[in-house]
Amino acid sequence: MIGEVIVVTSGKGGVGKTTTTANIGTGLTLKGKSVVLVDADIGLRNLDVVMGLENRIVYDLVDVVEGVCRLRQALIKDKRYPNLFLLPAAQTKDKNAVNPEQMQKLATDLSEEFDYVILDCPAGIEQGFKNAIAGANKAIVVTTPEVSAVRDADRIIGLLEASGLRNPMLIINRIKMEMVKRGDMMNIDDMIDILAIDLLGVIPDDDLIVVSTNRGEPVIATEQSLAGQAYRNVVRRLMGEDIPFMNLESDDGFFKKMAKLFGLNKKKQ
Amino acid sequence: MDLFKWFNKSTSSKDIAKERLKLVLIHDRANVSPQFLEMIKGELIKVISDYMEIDEEGLEIKLTRTKREIDDSTVPALVANIPIKRMKDKGNI
Repeated sequence: MIGEVIVVTSGKGGVGKTTTTANIGTGLTLKGKSVVLVDADIGLRNLDVVMGLENRIVYDLVDVVEGVCRLRQALIKDKRYPNLFLLPAAQTKDKNAVNPEQMQKLATDLSEEFDYVILDCPAGIEQGFKNAIAGANKAIVVTTPEVSAVRDADRIIGLLEASGLRNPMLIINRIKMEMVKRGDMMNIDDMIDILAIDLLGVIPDDDLIVVSTNRGEPVIATEQSLAGQAYRNVVRRLMGEDIPFMNLESDDGFFKKMAKLFGLNKKKQ
Repeated sequence: MDLFKWFNKSTSSKDIAKERLKLVLIHDRANVSPQFLEMIKGELIKVISDYMEIDEEGLEIKLTRTKREIDDSTVPALVANIPIKRMKDKGNI
C-alpha cells in the first residue's frame, strides 16, 4: 500500500499552514488513518509546538536524511491519538541542509508505512518550498481573504502546476462572516473566481484556534469549535466524501446558519 | 435595506480588493508587462484588419486562467474580445 503525500503550502507566511497541517493530520487519524506529519520548515520548526510535542524531540528530519539515525527513530508518536506521528524539522540547520532528491526519497519511504504523509511547507518560493513539494503527489494551498495572501497563493498555484502538482486544492482560512456580510471581506465566490482552483474548505476565524494552539492541542478535537467543525469537513472531503460548503451571505444569522449546517440545532438530550 | 446594499455594492472594500487583485494577477501570471500586451494588441489589429473592420477602441486583450478540458488542469489563457464592425469583402484583399 502506498499512502498519499500531501504538501500544505501558501507562499505567504502566517496564513495558517502549520495549524492546517496539524488539524488535517489529527482529523485523518481520528478517522482511523495512519498519518505522519512532516515539518519541512528547516530552521524555523513550529509544527512540534502546535502539536504539543516539543519536549519529545530527539532526532529530526536532517538527522534522518544524513543517516545519523533510522527513520523510525526520528518519528515521535503522539500518544493522544491512535496512529499519528511527527517528523520534526531541524532547528539549528538551514534549508540547504537537504535537497529535493532526499526529500523525495523520504516521502516515498514514509508513504510505504502510512496512509497519509502531510508535509508542512515553509513560507516563500525558494529552496525550502522546492524541498517540501519534491515528494508530494497532492497539494493544498492555504490562503486568507486578503489581497497579499491571495496574490501569493496565485503564484504558488502557478509554481505547483509547473512542477507537475496538478489541481491543487484551496483552503480559505480565517473568514470573518460579519465582514463578508458587510462587503468588507472577499467571499468564497470572489476567491474561487480569482484563483480558479477547487475548494477544499473554508475555515471561519475562531478564537479557539489560539486557545488550542496555546495548549498544543489541535482544535479539530474540540467539539464546540466552528473552526474545528470546518476542519472535520475538510478531512471528510479529503477522504472523498461530498460535504456542502457553508453559505456565508444568506440573511440567516451566522450562528443559526452554522448550527443548521453542522446539525447542532437539535435540542440537547 | 436591499436597495441600500445594492447602492453600496460598487464601493465596498472587497470589490476594490477584487479588482486590484485581478489587475495585479494578470501581470504576475505570465510575467507580462502592459507594454507587451499592447504589442500583441497592435499585431492582432494588423492581422485581423485584413479580413474585417474592427472597433480598435473596444478591443480588449487580457491574460486569465482557464480549466483545460482534457485533464481539467488550470492553464493560463489569452482572451481577446474584438468587436467587429463589418466583414471585408475577401475579393478586395
